[in-house]
Amino acid sequence: MENLLRNKALSGWLLATPLTLVLAFFLVLPIILIVVVSFWQATEFSIIPAFTWENYEFLFGSPVTYKVFLNTFKYAAITWAMTLLIGFTVAYFLAFHVRTQTWQIALFLLCTIPFWTSNIIRMISWIPFLGRNGIANSALLSWGVIDEPLEWLLFSDFAVVLAFVHLYTLFMVVPIFNTMMRIDRSLIEAARDAGANGAQILWNVIIPLTKPGMMIGTIFVVALVMGDFITVRFMSGSQSANVGRLISNDIALLNYPSAAATAVVLLLTVLLTIGILLRFVDIRKEL
Amino acid sequence: MGSGQVNERDTMTDISKDLELVGVTKRYGKTVAVDAINHHFRPASYTCLLGPSGCGKSSTLRMIAGHESVSDGSILLGGRDISHLPPAKRGTAMMFQSYALFPHLTVLDNVAFSQKMKGVDAATRRKAAAEMLELVDLSKLADRLPDQLSGGQQQRVALARALITRPQVLLLDEPLSALDPFLRIRMRTELRKLQQELGISFLHVTHGQDEALALADEIVVMNNAVIEQAGPARDVFNAPKTEFVARFMGGHNVIALPEGHFAIRTDAVGLADQGQLEAAVTAVEYQGTHVSVTTRAIGDQEITAVIKDAEFFENPKAPGDTVGLTWAQDSLHRLIN
Repeated sequence: MENLLRNKALSGWLLATPLTLVLAFFLVLPIILIVVVSFWQATEFSIIPAFTWENYEFLFGSPVTYKVFLNTFKYAAITWAMTLLIGFTVAYFLAFHVRTQTWQIALFLLCTIPFWTSNIIRMISWIPFLGRNGIANSALLSWGVIDEPLEWLLFSDFAVVLAFVHLYTLFMVVPIFNTMMRIDRSLIEAARDAGANGAQILWNVIIPLTKPGMMIGTIFVVALVMGDFITVRFMSGSQSANVGRLISNDIALLNYPSAAATAVVLLLTVLLTIGILLRFVDIRKEL
Repeated sequence: MGSGQVNERDTMTDISKDLELVGVTKRYGKTVAVDAINHHFRPASYTCLLGPSGCGKSSTLRMIAGHESVSDGSILLGGRDISHLPPAKRGTAMMFQSYALFPHLTVLDNVAFSQKMKGVDAATRRKAAAEMLELVDLSKLADRLPDQLSGGQQQRVALARALITRPQVLLLDEPLSALDPFLRIRMRTELRKLQQELGISFLHVTHGQDEALALADEIVVMNNAVIEQAGPARDVFNAPKTEFVARFMGGHNVIALPEGHFAIRTDAVGLADQGQLEAAVTAVEYQGTHVSVTTRAIGDQEITAVIKDAEFFENPKAPGDTVGLTWAQDSLHRLIN
């Protein structure tokens, strides 16, 4: 027994086992199940275990699929751009303009306060604000900026993206802030010593060194937005669709094989997107 | 400024290159890090700012570089008040303690960085950077990234990056502290050689007195925010003015005699049967060429005598022996406090 314990290879395997089992059971197994189910056959009344490509044939044969995937990419791209811009600015302010650590921590915690409530509640709270007779419209009307209520504030792509940005900006702030805090401050002094002004330091030193953080934030945001269905449903008033809604509709109709096939395609799409992103930036140092 | 005036200045080379501190003060809230120091640095010289950590030497350097604001007083370079100019407009360049190389840029781009900031086109700045790399003997590594270099190589890149701005004064913040002892000695020889080749002033902050002695034309010893003593390396070592300098430079005993406090070099103290001061040997340490004999004299003073080995073994002493300490009267240096 003592000899067995001394065996380094064996103890290594033993140490890795618990996590491997957890991941196998809760991550790998469900994905395998989804892939398996995606080949099953579904009729109006029943689901039949089989091996058929008809779910995929239907999926790729329908113009709706392409439209919905395109729409999903559109949400992801706009949300990504907005969260990156806001996230970078907030992180930059926290990391480089707030001098004392106490304030840094205090302001950082302030950013996380919205996360104490659920996503759904945060989303719904926009509705009275953006509605036809909501706060935004009443304020604009009373200031005389507009003559009649804006219709596109709520139940529109605008509302969807607004909610996404609100929900997911923090996922951009945290990794970018983290990377920025690791930038050696003497690099900024060295840049200033070499005659760089504020904008040049930002462009030539801070942005290149913050890229890994931006990439990690991007992965979070893209994955979250592409997998979302509830935000799109609530904020678009069921007028827009993304892939998540496609899947949730299939599930509502008890057409699990079709939902599974869509899920598999979505998973591959997200993996491919992230794979392409990772070709550009090396995030290994951040992990 | 008229062109005639510029020419006139150029002819006054000695004054036009001088670095001078006038009542320079740095306060952080209520703490005074640098207390109204005055000093005139000789042009084209190698000066070491020496002192223990927290003595204000780094703050002084950073104020000269422009990375720390001056609370009071002025910094003059070539007769021009540079105290409030941005770092790049001062005619100084700084080499940082950790080198502060940009990790995402190649060696060549690191060196070319300041020219890129000035808007010099890529071909010209790369050529200039390549010339600078040749000066520090790193041409072969131009395309590497900083973390693919050894400590000594990184230091040379930092040196090239600072020198490409053609500074009148190069400021070095503990440049050798990150190197291993062997490399440290080699790099300090290179620094000295480079300073002589370039003919500009080097101002080097260090806490190692051996480094300062080996490198400096002039040593400025700082303690508690003020300059304790400044002067040529030999003068500072041979004739310390204060007890702090004597102890910090090492190789000295501080003796309290009825006439006052004195510093005396450990190798100026001899052992005899009868001497100026009677003492008991407490430790004997063989150091190869020398033997260090630690003794305890009246008033519980510890006095060390460093004796040539041959001399010592003619008449060896052991701990517990009573000896007389002797010295020549002119090797005593009276201390101010």
